[in-house]
Amino acid sequence: MKALALLPGSTRGPVLRLDRPLSFWGGVDPASGRLLSGPGESIAGAVLMVPEAIGSSSSGAVLLELLRNGMAPAALVLGRIDAILGLGILAAGEMGWPTIPLVILAAADQTRFETGEMVEIDSTGLIEPAGMVLPTHRP
Amino acid sequence: MGLLLTEPDRAMLAGAAGPAAAMALRIVVGAARMLGAEALLDIASAHIDGCLYHGPAGALFAERLVASGGRVRVPATLNVGALDLLHPGRVRLDPETAALARRQMDAYTALGCRPSWTCAPYQAGHRPALGQDVAWGESNAVAFCNSVLGARTERYGDFLDICAALTGRAPATGLHLPANRRATILVDASGLAPALCAQDALYPVLGAWLGRRVGSAVAAIDGLPPDLGEDRLKALGAAAAATGAVGLFHIVGVTPEAPDRATAFAGDPPREVIRLEPAMLETERDLLSTGTLDRTGRIDAVAIGSPHLSLAECRELVARLDGRRVALPFYACTSRHVAAGLAEDAASLARIGVTLVTDTCIVVTPILPAGGGVLLTNSAKFAHYAPSLTGWAVRFGSLEECVETAVAGRLVADPGLWR
Repeated sequence: MKALALLPGSTRGPVLRLDRPLSFWGGVDPASGRLLSGPGESIAGAVLMVPEAIGSSSSGAVLLELLRNGMAPAALVLGRIDAILGLGILAAGEMGWPTIPLVILAAADQTRFETGEMVEIDSTGLIEPAGMVLPTHRP
Repeated sequence: MGLLLTEPDRAMLAGAAGPAAAMALRIVVGAARMLGAEALLDIASAHIDGCLYHGPAGALFAERLVASGGRVRVPATLNVGALDLLHPGRVRLDPETAALARRQMDAYTALGCRPSWTCAPYQAGHRPALGQDVAWGESNAVAFCNSVLGARTERYGDFLDICAALTGRAPATGLHLPANRRATILVDASGLAPALCAQDALYPVLGAWLGRRVGSAVAAIDGLPPDLGEDRLKALGAAAAATGAVGLFHIVGVTPEAPDRATAFAGDPPREVIRLEPAMLETERDLLSTGTLDRTGRIDAVAIGSPHLSLAECRELVARLDGRRVALPFYACTSRHVAAGLAEDAASLARIGVTLVTDTCIVVTPILPAGGGVLLTNSAKFAHYAPSLTGWAVRFGSLEECVETAVAGRLVADPGLWR
């Protein structure tokens, strides 16, 4: 499935797909990466799929904290173009901290992926099941 | 396509205005590319949301800009911080976190921003003109700036707001462009009873409904009374920007870009027409209260002032309390600008037990008593964010219900309010 690579990058991780809009500010704990409503799943390391980023303009700041403390998702997949979260990623890049890919995939197309499914994203925005490939072992 | 930069832009990127301006412009350019902008434009002012502490990263980012010689190029106001600088001790942060929060606030003032510390800069003299391009952060301020003042701003997130201020440049995209400012959805409110339209409590609920229903689309609401006033528009916009991503709304016959229905839609037919029924708003009002409230009507504290109370709202609070002492913790959040205008009223509120909070508010930093409870508020934005950010359950009510409950020490509901 081809997504629009807004901030390109390649990564892999398990899908965490939300079916409701998410505001990172008030919706994600900046220290732990846990969702503050529902069952409180952690978004750390996940390919986080969200139909729409909503709410406060502080959401990019919450993402910057997560990028600095290692609790960020592996990638962000948003249903529509939103610069607020992307700014957190750009700021992290300027500070020399880790960054993540940001891609745009319509909410209807996001439903082709299931939470827990391992996927890979490449620098062109292609999202594919990670399939047989085992994670590289790093001693 | 592609982003066209001017000669001065290129010079700034090359470091002609110093390393902080170059870094800031790289971020502005990165944002412009993400948004598909074809050019940058000059901005007249900025409102900076980035001064609120979320963790060490935000403080370090601001200090990097200071250390590399950053200085704002346009007038810039600051949003709330995590501390009440006028009332030390009001915020329950551990000393280490408070010190980092203070460092972040100090860094933004060192960049030349005005220490206004309010989410309602439009109540502190920062009022750009109709049609002027500006770069504002803080979702309620964005909605007010676009909708009520008719100045033009995108929904600037943290970092882009200060970067725009440091460079005087912003992506020419989104709500800066006239074509994106016309309404596409018509909300017909003519079915609402005049008595309901006369209630302040309608407007946060209407806003919450609007945000949930239209997301980021531009809607025009027709059929509301023409004498709405800024405080109701503020409440509507703040709610819509919290439950949705609303950056601009029009009220036909009220807001400056919607003198009539045709102008609001730039002559095109609405893409969608929604007839507003009172039942839709009753559902939305109930959504603003936490679902699991017990039946005893227990209330542990009352909070008002998101967005920050205007002088008129503070005076209404004084008048409604009328010298009666509150029996519950009562937080009234406002700006230092408005608090200064309160003069003797500030002292009289303190005497009857009202806790005035300035520079910050009860959802962005720990002020409410630890341990949780049930909070009564007339703010849809407080109601929306308090459960996840403070752990408190919320009941939404009118200002009258807030005041009478606080005085009685138990819930005093007005069931007739929505009939």
